[in-house]
Amino acid sequence: MNEMQPLKTDAAEAANQREYGIETLAVHAGARPDPVTGARSTPIYQTTSFAFDDADHAAELFNLQTFGYIYSRITNPTVAVLEERVAALENGRGAVAASTGHAAQFLVGATLLESGDEFISSNNLYGGSVTQFGISFKKLGWTCHFVDMTEPENIERAMTDKVKFIFCEGLANPGGIVLDLEALAEVAKRHGVPLIVDNTLASPYLCRPFDHGADLVLHSTTKFIGGHGNTMGGMVVESGRFDWWQNDRFPSMTKPDPAYHGLTFAETFGDFGFTMKVRAVALRDYGPCMAAQAAWNLLQGVETLPLRMERHCSNALAVARYLEGHPKVSWVSYAGLESSQYYELAQKYLPRGAGAVFTFGLKGGYEAGLKVVDKVNMFSHLANIGDTRSLIIHPASTTHRQLTDEQKVKAGAGPDVVRLSIGIESIDDIIDDLDQALDQA
Amino acid sequence: MVDVAIKSTDGHPLVFLPQHDGYADEYLQRILRRVKTFAMVGASTHWRRPSYYAMKYLTKKGYRVIPINPGRAGESILGETVYGNLADFPEKLDMVDIFRTSEEALDITKDVIAAKDEKGIEVLWMQLTVRNDHAAQLAEEAGLTVVMNRCPKIEFARLSGELSWSGINSRIVSAKRARPINA
Repeated sequence: MNEMQPLKTDAAEAANQREYGIETLAVHAGARPDPVTGARSTPIYQTTSFAFDDADHAAELFNLQTFGYIYSRITNPTVAVLEERVAALENGRGAVAASTGHAAQFLVGATLLESGDEFISSNNLYGGSVTQFGISFKKLGWTCHFVDMTEPENIERAMTDKVKFIFCEGLANPGGIVLDLEALAEVAKRHGVPLIVDNTLASPYLCRPFDHGADLVLHSTTKFIGGHGNTMGGMVVESGRFDWWQNDRFPSMTKPDPAYHGLTFAETFGDFGFTMKVRAVALRDYGPCMAAQAAWNLLQGVETLPLRMERHCSNALAVARYLEGHPKVSWVSYAGLESSQYYELAQKYLPRGAGAVFTFGLKGGYEAGLKVVDKVNMFSHLANIGDTRSLIIHPASTTHRQLTDEQKVKAGAGPDVVRLSIGIESIDDIIDDLDQALDQA
Repeated sequence: MVDVAIKSTDGHPLVFLPQHDGYADEYLQRILRRVKTFAMVGASTHWRRPSYYAMKYLTKKGYRVIPINPGRAGESILGETVYGNLADFPEKLDMVDIFRTSEEALDITKDVIAAKDEKGIEVLWMQLTVRNDHAAQLAEEAGLTVVMNRCPKIEFARLSGELSWSGINSRIVSAKRARPINA
C-alpha cells in the first residue's frame, strides 16, 4: 500500500451515489464505449464463441469462478448490453435475454418448477400465454391454476404447498385491466413465493413492478422495449430482493445443483443468483438465446422508450375518448378513462399513462368488429402490439382463437371485442382512419 | 441488495449507521485501488465454496489474499499458507475481509483493531450479507475505513465492467471505457 498518503475515505459520502433518471438509463445503461476500440455505439458481436486465454482460464469460466464469455448461447457482449439496459430500466439486479417473451416464461418455469410443481396465474393474460401455461406446460408436469386476480383473495383459494410462484400481467393484454400489484405482492410474501409480473404492456417507463413488491419481471421485448415491430425478444429480470432461503420451496436455488457440479446458486451469487441460474442452467440446457443482431435492434429501439411511451399514451387516451363518444361503440376498456373501473389503480400504478393497448366493443357485435378491421386504411391488421404503427385486431378470431368461449370472455376477448395498439403517428390521422372505418361498419 | 437484519446479540445498545446502507462507487474504487494484500477470515479449502471463488478471482486480478481459518491452519489454499488467526501472519496487511457471520464479525473486528497498527491495516470489509453496525462503529472510531454487506469480488467485477458481461446491473453510467480498476 502507498504509505505516503492516508486512505481518504469517509463513510458519510458513501450513500452519495447518483441515481440516474429513466431517460438517461434508456440511452446509457450497460453501454460504455467498447473496451478495445472505443466504439461508442454498441458493436454487434457476431460470433458464436470466444477464445480462452489458456486451459486454466477456460476451466475458471466453465466453473463460473470468473466472469467472461464462452459461447453465445449463454452470453454475448451485445446481448449483455441489452440485458443490463432492461435490468437498469426496471431498477432490478440483473437480467437474462431470451429469443422471445414466451421463451423467457419457459426459462422461469424450467428454473423454478420440477415435474409435479404448480403455479398460480392471473387469467387476464395474452391468449398465447394461457395456452402455454394451461396446455403445453402441462405436458412437462407443471400445473397452472388460473384465477381472477382482480380479487387477490382468489389466490388464497388456489394456493397449495406445491405452488412455486404467482404470475400476472400488471397491465393486462388485451383488456385494459390493471391489477393491484401491492395487494398481490402481499399475498405472495405471506406464502413465501415470488410474484412474477409480465410488464410488457406497461414497460418500465410507465410502471416498475419492483417498486411495488414484485420479485421477478418478464418482458416480451418484441413489444414496447424494441418498439418498432421488427425484432423478437424476451427478458427475465430479477429484483435481487427475494429470499430463496425463507422456506424449502426452492431447492433449485438453495441446494447443490447436479447440473452445475454441486454449485448452490443462491449462496454463491447472492442477490443475483436467480439470474445466474437461469443463464447457466436453463438457457444453457434448453438454448432459447437471443441473437446479437436482435439485441442490437432492440437496443436501438429502447433508447427512445420514454419518448415513444409519452406519445403512445397521449394518442391512446385521445382515441379512447373519441371512441367513448361514438354512437356505434358500446364500451371502451381503457384504464386511462375516468369511466374505467381500473382508473384509480391506473392513477396509482401507471401515473404517466395507461399504455397504448386497449379494447372496445361494437354494438354490431362480431360482424361489425370484423368490418372495422377490414375497413381501416392506416391501421395494420396483424398479431402484434407495441409498434410505432397503429395496429388493430379482432382477438376472438385470431390471438385468442385457441381459447374456449368462456376463456375468451374471461380474458377480455369476447366476440364483439376489437383490440387496438395505438402508434405514434399524428393523432388526427389515427382518429380519422378509425372514423371512416366505423362509418362503414 | 439482500436485506440484512440488524442484530444486537452482544448486549450493546443497537447501533444503526445509515451511511452504510449504500456506498458511492468512488469510495469502493479508492479502497480497491489502494489495497494490495488482504486477509480473508473464513477462507475455505473447498473449491466450490463462495470464499474460494472470491479468493481465486481476486488473486488472478493481482491481489495477494491471505487465508485465515483456525480449523485449517498450516494447510494451503491457492498457494497461500492458511493462518489460524490474524496475529500469526507475520507480514503487513492492508485490509481484512470477513467471510463469517454478522455475529462473529464483532469479535473479528476487535482482533483487527488490536492488530491494525502493527500490521498497517486500513480497511475492514465485511462480506455480502455480513453487517454489524456496532463492529463498524468501533472500527471507524479506531480509524479504519469500513465496508459492510458487499463482496470485493463482485464490486471489483462491477466497477471493472466484468459483472455487466452476465447481464448484472452495474448502475454505472459512463462515456469512458471500462478498465480493471487496479490497473
